[in-house]
Amino acid sequence: MKNKAKKYWRENLKYLFILLSVWFIVSFGTGILFKDFLNQFKIGGFKLGFWFAQQGSIYVFVILIFIYIRLMNKLDKKYGYSE
Amino acid sequence: MDVQLWTWILVGISFTLYFGIAIWARASSTKDFYIAGGGVSPLANGMATAADWMSAASFISMAGLISFSGYDGSVYLMGWTGGYVLLALLLAPYLRKFGKFTVPDFIGDRYYSNSARTIAIICALIVSFTYVAGQMRGVGIVFSQFLQVDITKGVLIGMAVVLVFAFLGGMKGITYTQVAQYCVLIFAFMVPAIFISIQMTGNPFPQIGMGAKVEDGTFLLDKLDQLHTQLGFKEYTSGTKSTWDIFAITLALMAGTSGLPHVIVRFFTVPKVKDARKSAGYALLLIAILYTTAPAVAVFARTNLITTVNETAYKELPEWFKNWENTGLISWTDKNNDGKIQYRNSEAVNGKPLFTDKRGANGERIISNPSAAENELYVDKDIMVLANPEIAQLPNWVIGLVAAGGLAAALSTAAGLLLVISTSVSHDLVKKQLKPNISDKGELLIARISILVAIVVAGFFGIYPPGFVAAVVALAFGLAAASFFPAIVLGIFDKRMNRQGAVTGMIAGISLMLFYMIRFKTGLIGIMDPLPESEWWFGTSPEGFGVIAMLVNFILAIVISRLTPAPPENVQQIVEDIRIPSGAGEAQMH
Repeated sequence: MKNKAKKYWRENLKYLFILLSVWFIVSFGTGILFKDFLNQFKIGGFKLGFWFAQQGSIYVFVILIFIYIRLMNKLDKKYGYSE
Repeated sequence: MDVQLWTWILVGISFTLYFGIAIWARASSTKDFYIAGGGVSPLANGMATAADWMSAASFISMAGLISFSGYDGSVYLMGWTGGYVLLALLLAPYLRKFGKFTVPDFIGDRYYSNSARTIAIICALIVSFTYVAGQMRGVGIVFSQFLQVDITKGVLIGMAVVLVFAFLGGMKGITYTQVAQYCVLIFAFMVPAIFISIQMTGNPFPQIGMGAKVEDGTFLLDKLDQLHTQLGFKEYTSGTKSTWDIFAITLALMAGTSGLPHVIVRFFTVPKVKDARKSAGYALLLIAILYTTAPAVAVFARTNLITTVNETAYKELPEWFKNWENTGLISWTDKNNDGKIQYRNSEAVNGKPLFTDKRGANGERIISNPSAAENELYVDKDIMVLANPEIAQLPNWVIGLVAAGGLAAALSTAAGLLLVISTSVSHDLVKKQLKPNISDKGELLIARISILVAIVVAGFFGIYPPGFVAAVVALAFGLAAASFFPAIVLGIFDKRMNRQGAVTGMIAGISLMLFYMIRFKTGLIGIMDPLPESEWWFGTSPEGFGVIAMLVNFILAIVISRLTPAPPENVQQIVEDIRIPSGAGEAQMH
């Protein structure tokens, strides 16, 4: 029982680490720290760094949460914690 | 029909709807009152959270703010949405599993201490009050603009309306009215944005239109950058803040967002842990619709403003310019006597314009404090969203719709905040500390009385805004980031975290943040003025300082907890329990 909970928690932490890394990269990375570098590329009329800061990061945030929901629902089922 | 009539009709219809819902969803128990009976579906909860979240600031001010600051405005866009990722992944599911009513509940139980609970209550009150005062002011401004009454009357009408929702329905009434308010506000925000996007770029999606080509074949953003350079501004897409400051402000807003008590409490209202995750997802999706449109509105409005107004003769300007000039939110001084408006990158006015009774040679209102700089035009940032439909010459019903949307945004947020304030008093303070054996009915009565008191206090600040309110609203996020965020995250993820560590961390975090705020932003009236930018620590603005205060909180809490005894066995058991999603059951009545 205890062991199962520990394993579940460890897998959960692994997901969190991956998802939060993406969260960090699209906002603080592409939108802020590497913005000037990315601004030399363009998609349509957007400079890329500017696009990430004002549009792209937000889309990725939404997608991240829905991926998290999916992963966790699967994980809950695997460990018999879903209801 | 004229704008006035349309406004009355649309505001009237939406308000009738809200009242109907408030009466239908009356609260009959404390559980209804605090957490809507715990039976709200994830989608409804997501909509309510979104309406609760998007305040007058998001609806009215944000696009204007971005419009005038370009890339720098990204801090609000990323900060106020990215916080939901933290909320969904790090806080919401676990707090739902914990299954009590409030954030101080969690802090009090997890750190087995009433002093921790009290500190959490004080933090919740400071954060919520600074926030709600700004909302009441927003309600007053919208009512006064559109119903043509003065701001005091506007605030009073707003107070009466909020009172009815919150007083009758508690969380249950507020939640279901917020669902309706979300629909009204998002519709009201999107309609003018879509109209203008089609007008300027031919693309019905503002998010894409923003990066599309305008009539003359150049990209809209390139054109705006050019206009900016010509008038002496920095390129719209570059911005002026330092990279570190942008980083710090964004992070402070994110952590603050996920630590705001009125947002967190939302996730106590759904039936299961699974639903808490899901409703965070819906909430962000619904919020993102407005947050990805706002930067487009900002670009459209900025381009329209410059091309319509700059180098145009005052006498040939459209009607809206003169209307807003009459409200005192636009001013123009003909400094070079050519009868045309010159808009440049400098302050046209020393501070805010002070109007005299006189009219100038062109019929413009004369102000007594123009600056010596070349720029002749003063525009208040807050009018961009409200004036945008007029600037783009959209039909009158759209303008009325924006009024209804602005009111929905301000009222839904004010109601949610007032509920947190009253819960802090009736539940956390009276029930949990002063009078534990109070009856359900008695507690409900105290909750309603404290809402009443909170509304009166908030209304007072709305009518007589102390100069620092506007400044402080932005800082509420820093305060939340510096106090709650570390205490909650460590409470879940660090089993070894104990009372000594968490309490020291919270006190140090919030004191440091308050100190920095007073020293560099608000000053102390009569004692000291705020220090200038050159004195900032590590070049961090007060808005971004929440990050440093939060780090101090984290480090202190971890170090001190390791030097003091581990938390008791039963508390460690709580931590084990909240990490497992099943068996959340209903929120406990204690």
